[in-house]
Amino acid sequence: MQALLSSLVSVAFHGLAYGMILYVISVGLSVTMGLMGFVNLAHGVFAMAGGYVMLSAMNRFGVPFPIAIAAAFVAVALASMVLERLLYARLYTAGELEQVLFTIGLIFMSVSVARLIYGTLPQPVYLPEYMKGQLQYLGRDFPTYRVFLILFSVAIVGLLWFGVERTRWGAMVRAAVDYRAMAQSVGINTSRLFTLTFALGSGLAALGGALGAEIIAIQPTYPFEHLVFFLIVVAVGGLGTLRGPFFAALLIGVADTACKYWVPEFGAFFIFFATIAVLLWRPAGLFGRAA
Amino acid sequence: MSVNHAGGYVADPRIRPIEWLPWLLALLCYFVAPSYLPLGSYVLTMVIFALSLDLILGYGGIITLGHSAYFGTGAYAAGILAVHLTGEPLVGLVAGTLAAGLLGFVTGIVILRTRGLALLMLTLAITSLCFEVANKATSWTGGADGLGGFSVQPIVGLFKFDMFGKTAYLYCLVVLFACWWLVRRLVYSPFGASLTGVRENNLRMHAVGAPVYRRLVIAYTISAALAGLAGALLTQTTQFVGLKVLGFELSGELVVMLVLGGVGRIYGAFIGPLVYLIAQDYLAKQFPEYWYFFIGAILVMVVMFARGGILGILDAGIARLRRRFG
Repeated sequence: MQALLSSLVSVAFHGLAYGMILYVISVGLSVTMGLMGFVNLAHGVFAMAGGYVMLSAMNRFGVPFPIAIAAAFVAVALASMVLERLLYARLYTAGELEQVLFTIGLIFMSVSVARLIYGTLPQPVYLPEYMKGQLQYLGRDFPTYRVFLILFSVAIVGLLWFGVERTRWGAMVRAAVDYRAMAQSVGINTSRLFTLTFALGSGLAALGGALGAEIIAIQPTYPFEHLVFFLIVVAVGGLGTLRGPFFAALLIGVADTACKYWVPEFGAFFIFFATIAVLLWRPAGLFGRAA
Repeated sequence: MSVNHAGGYVADPRIRPIEWLPWLLALLCYFVAPSYLPLGSYVLTMVIFALSLDLILGYGGIITLGHSAYFGTGAYAAGILAVHLTGEPLVGLVAGTLAAGLLGFVTGIVILRTRGLALLMLTLAITSLCFEVANKATSWTGGADGLGGFSVQPIVGLFKFDMFGKTAYLYCLVVLFACWWLVRRLVYSPFGASLTGVRENNLRMHAVGAPVYRRLVIAYTISAALAGLAGALLTQTTQFVGLKVLGFELSGELVVMLVLGGVGRIYGAFIGPLVYLIAQDYLAKQFPEYWYFFIGAILVMVVMFARGGILGILDAGIARLRRRFG
């Protein structure tokens, strides 16, 4: 009984940490897909880039951990802004096939650039001393870094919700998601809104990739390997919402961890079956509105 | 969908003289470049695979990133049959086709109810699921080590597979010819016309009373069966099945090949794999690091500047020449 309880707590805890990272990475994808209707398969590239920026800053230049995280966010957000203006913006009105192909092309290019610079091996993660070790709570040990991950992600999620629900920018985003033409005609500069939102979403992905580097190893195949999971989070949760992907990410995080822990042979089966079932039951996702 | 498809329903289904050109070239290759026949067989196999994708992507307008599920099913079906029952190639082909067609029918019923992102996700999820099944069912599929060590008997007891790949090449060519004939018939038939209609304007097809869903399921099943046929062909010509045949990367590469050639016009499926695989054979050996960058860059360029692929560029060039000199 004690052992079962202890493993339950452990699975819930690690699943929560994984789910939160998944959410921070994928939420930007949900917003950009909902807002611009753009099928951005290359979203994982931003997460990978965030991981690389943080790890190179720390490992090569000895930048402290908090600053490296911030650098990952800022660098990737700025880079994605350029990319959006130059390339993505031209394809907003194009068909789904073009968007899929274009973003697959981006993945191919980024994979090979990453391999060229960093080689094929996963990047080592050296956490600062104060992030190592365990925290004691109710007689149990919890890895300090995972606790930090969960708390930090919760803070980000809180900020994001506040931003979208309570600020003027958030109201504009929601208006544009609901009815883009109407938002435009009441004078919202949607193309600037798109750029900013895209940059924020990519920055968040970078943050997620950087924070989660210890859980999801940073290597050149990253954007391909984890694409399915990011997409599942968005598709199962529903496009254009913050709430949907949150629950979907936690569900997948906990379910994946539980499967790996108890039935490793069926690890991936459950997730894919659940995805298929949810999408058949509600094609627009759990919290999405029917198209 | 706002893809610039050049093809579609054409009133005159007769075979134009230029349509014999690919076959002449393929036969010429057999005599001129005997050392490249194994690569040639692979190209022919991928042409069949690309043709199957063209049927649903180019004509049906269904974007899938999971077509390797059917290719892999066909490949494993043929492989498992050769290990446990018989190495007769034609039986293997039929088995691979039927297995993949069945899977295509069952999954098609399910996924074609959705559209857009949900459909894309479902195709991905189904492929991932198949991959996991093949990965875990090691006693049948060999798992990560792959399935090998089976022998393929002479075709109908007459034509033995030789080590130079001569028989394999001709075998692939004959099978491709049959597939081409079938797909061509389909595309030029009223059924093909209604598929094109679904691609161009789904709502209007519903409005004129066309059974859209049923048409799509049929097309999807045929496409899956053809993909399975290609998979079985690969198994028999290489005498090995690896997990890669079910991988998502293969689906991605396939879409790239088709788009490179030109979507929705049959011959795009011929030219795309040919150019892609020859370039891969040449470049990937010399510059393995740059190969994917190169492919990615080409994809981006195709999307930005040349949506019709290679054949689209050719069309535009010919049209320009006509204007100038005609």
